[in-house]
Amino acid sequence: MIETVVFYILAALLLGMGLLVITRTNPMASAVGMIGAFAALAGLYLLQSAPLLAVLQILVYAGGIMVLMIFVIMLLNLRDEDMGSLRAKGVWVTGALLGITSVVFGQVFLVIFPTGQWKNAVLPEGFGSIFSVGEKIFASYLFPFEILSLLLLTAVVGAMVLAKRRL
Amino acid sequence: MDLLMPIGPSHYLVLSALLFIVGTAGVLSRRNLFVVLMSLELMLNAVNLTFVTFSRVNGEMTGQVVALFVVAVAAAEACVGLAIVVALFRLKETVDLDMFKSLKG
Amino acid sequence: MLNLEHFQNIALISFDWIWVIAAAPLAGAVLNGVLTLIASRGKVHIPEWLTAVIGCGSAGISFLAAWFTYLHFRTLPENSLLTQELFDWIEAGTFHVRMNFQLDALSTVMTVFVTFVSTLIHIYSVGYMKGDEGFGRFFTYLNLFLFSMLVLVLGENLLVLFLGWEGVGFCSYLLISFWFEDEAKANAGKKAIIVNRIGDAGFLAGLLIVFALAGTFNFNDLQAHKQVFNQLSATIVCLCFFFGAAGKSAQIPLYVWLPDAMAGPTPVSALIHAATMVTAGVYLVARLHFLFVLAPWASTVVAVTGVLTALLGATIAMAQNDIKKILAYSTISQLGFMFLGVGVGAYSAGIFHLITHGFFKACLFLGAGCVIHAMKGEQDIRKMGGLLKHIPFSGLSFLMGWLAITGILPFCGGFFSKDEILWRALATPNLVVPGLPEILYFIALATAFLTAFYMTRLVVMVFFGEYRGPKEVFELLHESPRTMTLPLFILAVGALMSGWLGVPAAIGGADSLGKFLDPLFHLSTTEANAVSPKIEPLLMLMSLLVALLGVGTAWYIHGLKHTISPMFLKLIPGGKKTIEQKYYVDEFYEVTVVRWVKGFAHWVSDKLIEQLLINRTLGALIRAVEWIAKFLKKTQVGLVRAYLLYVVMGAALLIYLILH
Repeated sequence: MIETVVFYILAALLLGMGLLVITRTNPMASAVGMIGAFAALAGLYLLQSAPLLAVLQILVYAGGIMVLMIFVIMLLNLRDEDMGSLRAKGVWVTGALLGITSVVFGQVFLVIFPTGQWKNAVLPEGFGSIFSVGEKIFASYLFPFEILSLLLLTAVVGAMVLAKRRL
Repeated sequence: MDLLMPIGPSHYLVLSALLFIVGTAGVLSRRNLFVVLMSLELMLNAVNLTFVTFSRVNGEMTGQVVALFVVAVAAAEACVGLAIVVALFRLKETVDLDMFKSLKG
Repeated sequence: MLNLEHFQNIALISFDWIWVIAAAPLAGAVLNGVLTLIASRGKVHIPEWLTAVIGCGSAGISFLAAWFTYLHFRTLPENSLLTQELFDWIEAGTFHVRMNFQLDALSTVMTVFVTFVSTLIHIYSVGYMKGDEGFGRFFTYLNLFLFSMLVLVLGENLLVLFLGWEGVGFCSYLLISFWFEDEAKANAGKKAIIVNRIGDAGFLAGLLIVFALAGTFNFNDLQAHKQVFNQLSATIVCLCFFFGAAGKSAQIPLYVWLPDAMAGPTPVSALIHAATMVTAGVYLVARLHFLFVLAPWASTVVAVTGVLTALLGATIAMAQNDIKKILAYSTISQLGFMFLGVGVGAYSAGIFHLITHGFFKACLFLGAGCVIHAMKGEQDIRKMGGLLKHIPFSGLSFLMGWLAITGILPFCGGFFSKDEILWRALATPNLVVPGLPEILYFIALATAFLTAFYMTRLVVMVFFGEYRGPKEVFELLHESPRTMTLPLFILAVGALMSGWLGVPAAIGGADSLGKFLDPLFHLSTTEANAVSPKIEPLLMLMSLLVALLGVGTAWYIHGLKHTISPMFLKLIPGGKKTIEQKYYVDEFYEVTVVRWVKGFAHWVSDKLIEQLLINRTLGALIRAVEWIAKFLKKTQVGLVRAYLLYVVMGAALLIYLILH
């Protein structure tokens, strides 16, 4: 019961924040919306027995990426006229169209997964903990993990190169 | 639709689809570069939610690990994307996407 | 009469030296051709004697090979054929055509005759073409021509024959327009090959029908299976082939190229248009004798066309003043005689006349060449006269040829060959048109009279009487060199002697040629029994008298009375002009056929291809591409948002496709 209520609250929050992101003119407002959405998402992860992921979501996404974005927004010091159209005209139309599509998808999903049926009612011990994540990372997915570090390096170097005033 | 039934995977999947759609709508229709980037992040997060849901469905940790990777990659991508925004702003003094039309024709 | 056993006993004997006959002139042509090319590209000078030796030598080798083959052939039992398999020419599924040579009595006769005359003319050309800058080119073409003619005659099937057929047509074009810087001469060559090609259309039609009905082109197979042809199909096939033969052998309606072909050097006229190429048509009809037997209508058409052509040629020859043109029309006329012969089923008679005519006409042409050479290029007989005193040797040979063609000297030259044809024309009953033999006979007799007349006119106006030409030429009149007069004399002797080949049995002769060819034509030759055979000697006497009458009349009008053109032509109003203008046939063709063809050709090249195809079609294509490009350009908006939309739409489409 509680789970249901919490889920619906978090879902509403998530979608609300999402709509906030795409409809605000001021990018700062969109950023705030994002942070809210991440918080809701973290809650949803917790509901799904993914504690590590929830924490990392807050740490990395909200605490890292969004902070970076806010920095850049403030760095560029946008005047009003630079921000792009005051009214994002097509948004509502697009959203309406896509919303209809999602209803269709929803029906499809409900057919595939009738409500209330998780396949494994009982989850293994320590599901979602650091330990189990670590097990996977350092055993099966070691190679992608290492490559990931390379990727991050590339991103850092690339960002620096792109943003320099004079090479 | 029995929404008050116990929460099952389909609820999460529908939610994830809705979030993805919200993100797509933002990407396609907003002209402010920042908002586009943020909508892109929304899309990625929707996918993450799906991964986690299926991980829970199958009892496998793989979904969560992949979601972790997605987070890391999203971070890198956001970083580079913002660098590009900065560079573009230096070029044209604007972050309006419609102003970058030199590929026209 | 249809004794199939007689035919089934044919023994095919392989003889591995047949290829030498054809290969020698081919090698000569290639050698001379290469030498000429080298000489023209580089600054190397090829001496004339080398070219001459290669050219005449290869022709000579060919003749020797032919002679030896003939001797070998004589030792074989009757009904044998010498064959040689060369290589597979066409292999397409079940359709096999081999390049094979075959010698039977007819081919043997033709090869020996062709190579002999050809060798003599090669030697003659050494003297005639001396100093001409195209000397090497001439001998190359001449050898190539000989090769093609031999392929034609030696072929074992219709396709090999056709190969030679086309080859001689092409070489004839090369040789007629030999001095092609003169546009008129080049046009003569073009006319020859175009008219030839029109005939070839008939030949091809015949080929197709033969293949459709019989499935083979091989002569032996065709003869063995000739029952696949009923009378109608045989008639159509024969008419088609005869149309081709008419093109090659200058019969009505395709004779118009032959007089124009006199633009070529005189040895060419002698070789190609007297002895060899024009006889290919007669050879073809004789070769297909078994088909013509099945189609009496076709044979009748052949005979009638032949005799009408003979008359036409003779009448036009009477009013011509160019020595070569007179001989050209004479050739047309004599070819008509040959077709008359094969048309009534007297195949060996036709071939007999082919041989005698080849000798005496070549002799006459070469003699005319000597005359032209002495007259420094003058060809109009009105400007000649009394030349016998000045060029006695050539003149004598020419007179021997004259005796042969008029047939006034019994046993010599064309006397028996012409007679045989006349006799057969009268005596062979015609299954189709009753009363035709008599008509044929009388027209042919009249033509014989005219032949004697115009030839005597020619001889009288050139060699006897007073000289009527320019003075400066008169001073320089001289005999031709030995290389020219010697072959001429040999041909003259041959012309007179060839008559002995076929002395008819009716007067106790041996008729060696007829007997030689008999096994081949035995089944196809109709019995000449419409008239009692005792009349034959009487008819011989009649034709002798007619010829003498012609000679005498001509002598009287031109020799004694010194008139230039036949007076009695003036009797028919407009007749003289008409005959002088060759019955306006060329003009008729120009208006009816040539103009339309040229117009059509221009239309195709200019309007159809140039404008329609290239300009319009390509233009339309270009504009279509431009339109597509403009249309697609609209998607390149430059807006990032639009491109993002494309990405999303593409992704959605992909997912849809994958899920399905």
